[in-house]
Amino acid sequence: MVAEIPPRLALRGISKRYPAVVANDEVDLTVMPGEIHAILGENGAGKSTLMKIIYGVTRPDAGVIRWNGKEVEIHNPASARELGLGMVFQHFSLFDTLTVAENISLGLPGRHKMAELEQRIAQKAAQYGLDLEPQRHVHTLSVRERQRVEIVRALLGEPQLLILDEPTSVLTPQAVQALFTTLRQLASEGCSILYISHKLDEIRQLCHRCTVMRAGRVTGVCDPRQETEASLSRLMIGSEPPAIRHDEREGGKVILQVKGLTLPRAHPFATPLSDISLDLREGEILGVAGVSGNGQQELLAVLAGEDRRAPGDALIFEGKPIGHTSAAWRRAQGLGFVPEERLGRGAVPDLSLAQNMLLSHQNPHTVRRGFIRRPVLRSLAGGIINRFKVRAHGPQAAASSLSGGNLQKYIIGREVTRQPRVLLVAQPTWGVDVGAAAQIRSELLALRDAGCAVLVISEELDELFEISDRLVVMAKGRVSPSLPARETSLDLIGRWMSGLWDEEAGHAGT
Amino acid sequence: MDSLAPLIASAIVAGTPLMLAGLGLLINERSGVINLGSEGMMLMGAISAFAVVVATGNFFFGFVAGALVSMLMSGFFAWLTIWLGANQVATGLALSLFGVGASAYLGLPYAGESLLPPQFGVPLLQDIPVLGQALFSHHPMVYGSLILCVAIAWFLGRTRAGLILRAVGESPTSAHSLGYNVRRIRLAAVLFGGSCCGLAGAFMSLVYTPLWVEGMVAGRGWIALALVAFATWRPYRLMAGAYLFGGITILTYHMQALGVPIASQLLSMLPYIATIVVLVLISRNSTWIRLNMPASLGKTFNPNS
Amino acid sequence: MLVLERRAQPSRVMAWTSPLMAVILTALCGSILFMAVGKDPVASLEVFFLEPIKDRHGWAEVGVKVAPLLMIAVGLSICFRANVFNIGAEGQLVVGAITAGALVLYLDDDSNGGFWLISLALLAGALGGMAWAAITAFLRDRFNANEILVSLMLVYVAELLLSYLMHGALMDPDGFGFPQSKLFSDGWLIPTVLSGTRLHLGIILALLAAVIGWLYLSRSFSGFKLQVGGIAPMAARYAGFSSRNSLWICLLVSGGLAGLAGALEAMGPIGQLTPSISPGYGFAAIIVAFVGRLHPLGVIFSSFIMALLYIGGELSQSRLGMPSAITGIFQGILLFALLACDVLIYNRVRWRR
Repeated sequence: MVAEIPPRLALRGISKRYPAVVANDEVDLTVMPGEIHAILGENGAGKSTLMKIIYGVTRPDAGVIRWNGKEVEIHNPASARELGLGMVFQHFSLFDTLTVAENISLGLPGRHKMAELEQRIAQKAAQYGLDLEPQRHVHTLSVRERQRVEIVRALLGEPQLLILDEPTSVLTPQAVQALFTTLRQLASEGCSILYISHKLDEIRQLCHRCTVMRAGRVTGVCDPRQETEASLSRLMIGSEPPAIRHDEREGGKVILQVKGLTLPRAHPFATPLSDISLDLREGEILGVAGVSGNGQQELLAVLAGEDRRAPGDALIFEGKPIGHTSAAWRRAQGLGFVPEERLGRGAVPDLSLAQNMLLSHQNPHTVRRGFIRRPVLRSLAGGIINRFKVRAHGPQAAASSLSGGNLQKYIIGREVTRQPRVLLVAQPTWGVDVGAAAQIRSELLALRDAGCAVLVISEELDELFEISDRLVVMAKGRVSPSLPARETSLDLIGRWMSGLWDEEAGHAGT
Repeated sequence: MDSLAPLIASAIVAGTPLMLAGLGLLINERSGVINLGSEGMMLMGAISAFAVVVATGNFFFGFVAGALVSMLMSGFFAWLTIWLGANQVATGLALSLFGVGASAYLGLPYAGESLLPPQFGVPLLQDIPVLGQALFSHHPMVYGSLILCVAIAWFLGRTRAGLILRAVGESPTSAHSLGYNVRRIRLAAVLFGGSCCGLAGAFMSLVYTPLWVEGMVAGRGWIALALVAFATWRPYRLMAGAYLFGGITILTYHMQALGVPIASQLLSMLPYIATIVVLVLISRNSTWIRLNMPASLGKTFNPNS
Repeated sequence: MLVLERRAQPSRVMAWTSPLMAVILTALCGSILFMAVGKDPVASLEVFFLEPIKDRHGWAEVGVKVAPLLMIAVGLSICFRANVFNIGAEGQLVVGAITAGALVLYLDDDSNGGFWLISLALLAGALGGMAWAAITAFLRDRFNANEILVSLMLVYVAELLLSYLMHGALMDPDGFGFPQSKLFSDGWLIPTVLSGTRLHLGIILALLAAVIGWLYLSRSFSGFKLQVGGIAPMAARYAGFSSRNSLWICLLVSGGLAGLAGALEAMGPIGQLTPSISPGYGFAAIIVAFVGRLHPLGVIFSSFIMALLYIGGELSQSRLGMPSAITGIFQGILLFALLACDVLIYNRVRWRR
């Protein structure tokens, strides 16, 4: 008779409500020792809340947690760690001005002698093939290196269950494989792994079991290796992913050019830009691939006019140098810009959708003799709500009352209705549900078909492959030569994301 | 040469309240909380200490009273800003305005009254010619402030508690995710800052000019805030800045005494103008600020969000 | 136990009841204070809040105090909404008084005066206040120096400057050495609007400022840009709103209004330059601005309350034997009460076991 091994972690009937939404509804979860278990769900499915409950950051309203068979209450992250839970957050819990060793020390209980800790760090890092210098200050590290700090910190706690929240959004395809090797090594040593993601291909590659969540409930538990992407997708969103018609276009004349742009960093945590050249053509979508933190924000700030340090002729618009012009001027010339941050940058949270129109619609129509024309703003906002199917209480609704997807639809709609000649978009569908994401992508394609030049910066390679006509890769503040999308592959882009395009000889491309 | 020793001595004494308040505010700000109530707390510390000494004759109790009253005030500030989430700048200003008004009211019975503090000095060392008078004949609080400076530097750089404090000031959300009670840590920092401001105020009314006059702190609470930024939140630099300002203050008195033909009011402007100059100098380099200022300074943190 | 739960959207109802609650709370705390020193709380509150407005003369006196408070608070509302904390309005007031007063003393020949010259002097006062505020604006614009500390230091400098002038250049030669200027001749004094009282034109100007300020903030594009810069600076940058323009506009406006208020005080109720030209109006106006919700029309209400506190404080000296310094305590309590009540705008109080 073999004694039954209890699950490492068992959740039964976990529920959690917030004022506006039910985040978790009677969720069950079972993770066995040594198992790599995925939690699959799109944005807003309730994965993050569940993780916060498991790690003790929040308390559930109802339900039971069992650890190795015994019922437990996890009051805070410290008690979670004591039980043997380790967590690698999606948004790192690191302190920029402190060193790697100091950061790790803060994540472990008790006092440590720094010298001894640094040795342990070096040991553990080597054990799993993670390169780490304990004396370096975190603000000097790349995103990938910061993730290593998080992982080593979790590992030094000798966890029995390691939780990873969307770990690959900051990694190149090659780095993802390296991470998987580390995780498989951990699992083979008996550590359970809870892998939270919305990326179907990765889950099918790595995980033994998968719990799928939608709108706060569990819709299925399966072995992802036996499933197809279609069947998993059906569990995740309730239907097949909508197919987007994509026919590639050749661009028309060059409307916006960047020539040899080199800029030092604006502040200590920024990325310097180095000798960037690219062309934006009318009627074409140029996709910029790359992991966040390689200069995308900085490049966008220069293109949009928020950063005016560029030499005048590093930026040419319709043949004229515009490096020193203001954002307002560029907008008046027909440049549109959708930033990565929605609330707080793309829209003011406490102002209404009508008032938020003024952030980009500044013309004699909306402002006459210095006074705001409120009825005009209201009707413009109302038009956007209708045309782009934004779920809101009307033009007077505060921007903060909209969900992420609807707010993004509003912001994109706001730019599209200006009929821009050039549109710069950063992370168009980050955090947006699948239906709205599809709508946004088709709007971008429609804009392109109407002759607009579109620049899309995105971390989602799938998205870029879907809508781009040409692709470039951004790495370490530099930009690769561009290629027609059909001539690229995941492997090539992955290599280029490490900055290795110079070694590729013989690719034509501008 | 003869007048140099008393000059140095006076500069040190003049700089001590700035250092005491500044050190407290430094710890306060390192946790990410900015408390603009320093002026009000110093005044309340000053009047409380003065009143207690008049009543009991015991200077030690006076200092304790000053520290306690200011600590209570800062505790109220902490409740409003850390737990109720009120705006730190507005609440700190309210604290100062209240302190100015309350100290004026409470100080009415003592207007113009003066005290006779006992003389102090380090035995043996105080008899050294020149240096003895300059450095070793001071009130224990002066030496106390120096010890405090060293202690805080050691605390911040070498202890785990200091590391946690710095982490909280850098990123309260990360600290919270790691399981640290951000609110309690900030409360402790604010209370410490308040007590130090109280001690600084007590020093002013008991040692520096042992009498009570309405508004006698004359802006030193604000200057201390500027000094913390000038010192890029480091204790030893704060000490240098405090003594520098003490020196400037003493210099203006000395110039008046020497009959320099500039009106006394214009000379009195010097410390305030110097503060503005200092602010301009440290603010120019935004990179420097970014790397040294506690990143969460002034921002409210809500653990339940 | 009682816990605070964040609301999904800030409560508009609470935004307007909070100041009222704060006033009531202040009155309550005040009555406790009175009881602690052995005075009858009801009688004391009566002295503070009812006595000042018992008759026409009382109302006029309240109006005399409302004028400078309201005028400065309108400017501060604009400034604070832009997230520029001009704490040095007191200094700008003093410098405004100095410039206006100096002009009057220079041009006054005991027989001239009248509308145009008075207007010139008032303009000089406004420009003086603007210039003083411009120092803060310049240092923040060019060197990123914190405007709270700079404007505050300039208050001390301004007061010392006034003292210097009062003991020297602007002192009344026939004044027996008292540090004050010659009295301004009648032609140079601000006309009164209510006969037999000290209520002067300043109250009209202040109300006008409030209305213009309200229109500016709620209807103009410039006001919109300024406010967005205050609540969401990244969005303002995105929209291309110049934070530099907003900085200068709000500091110059609030400096000008404070300077004008100072000029009105010197040429109105006081009629000369003295070292104590202001009982802390510049600081009290900060409280007025907050209690008035940073709304130019809301500050009409809060400046009225603050004026009551000032006069109540003076009256309590003669009627209750309490020193007038009690005003300062009440002002502080009022602001604290407001900040505490404001918490209810963003949070709900719940009972949770």
